[in-house]
Amino acid sequence: MAVVEISQHVDARGSSCPMPIVKTAQAIKTVASGQLIEVLATDPGSTKDLAAWSKTTGNELVEQSVDGGVYRFVLRRK
Amino acid sequence: MTIVAERPVTTARETVEPAPQPAFQEAAEPVAKDILIIDYSGDLEKVWATMILASTSAAMGVKTRVFVTFWGLQVFVKDSKRITGETWMQKMLSFMQRPGVSHRKLSKMNFMGMGPWMMRKLAKKYGVASPKELLEAAQAMGVEFIPCQMTMDMFGLKPEDMIEGMAEPVGAATVIGLISEHSVPLFI
Repeated sequence: MAVVEISQHVDARGSSCPMPIVKTAQAIKTVASGQLIEVLATDPGSTKDLAAWSKTTGNELVEQSVDGGVYRFVLRRK
Repeated sequence: MTIVAERPVTTARETVEPAPQPAFQEAAEPVAKDILIIDYSGDLEKVWATMILASTSAAMGVKTRVFVTFWGLQVFVKDSKRITGETWMQKMLSFMQRPGVSHRKLSKMNFMGMGPWMMRKLAKKYGVASPKELLEAAQAMGVEFIPCQMTMDMFGLKPEDMIEGMAEPVGAATVIGLISEHSVPLFI
């Protein structure tokens, strides 16, 4: 697997809807187009919500995984 | 007199039942529409809904405006303001229901403040952001909060009574204009 360089980390663990989305939206503005951000969340709804956010905003959801109740997303800025 | 009912010629293709439409049709391109939330209520649970939808909408990159009217205006008075208005009736109104986003009451099960207190406890436990936090996030993401001029006058509210960053007050015609042109309205 290629090494992916994360430019910005978002820790939304412990936050409920809509904070994972709000924090992601704020963080993506701080990176340049094409750069990656990593989002950590514990809200189970965030899997659907981040997918919807990615679709609406056009920022690509590159990676998605879950480990011990923590959801991890990697998104690329449009 | 004979009535000739003209029967349409049915072909095989016309009688075929149309395929059931999916309840949610995926648009190839996101539809460029903006959202206008009309915040009419000052009740805690509805203010919460307003703030959640407004901040999420802005986070999704959708241009979002919130028209604040009637009881909703009380939400956008500074938390530190206790009494607003000029006449005794306006002052009485603000005295009876403390203005400010942090002083909202539930529309049911308020129990003299016990309800909102429990709600805040639960929200904290489950990591739900407070209306104030969501309001600040929404403002940071460029949500426009537009007060209703008529209600401002009626309640005797002055621009300096309101929180920082409110838009210029407008009237109903502006709201209807936005809805008829391009805004999707939500009345809360």
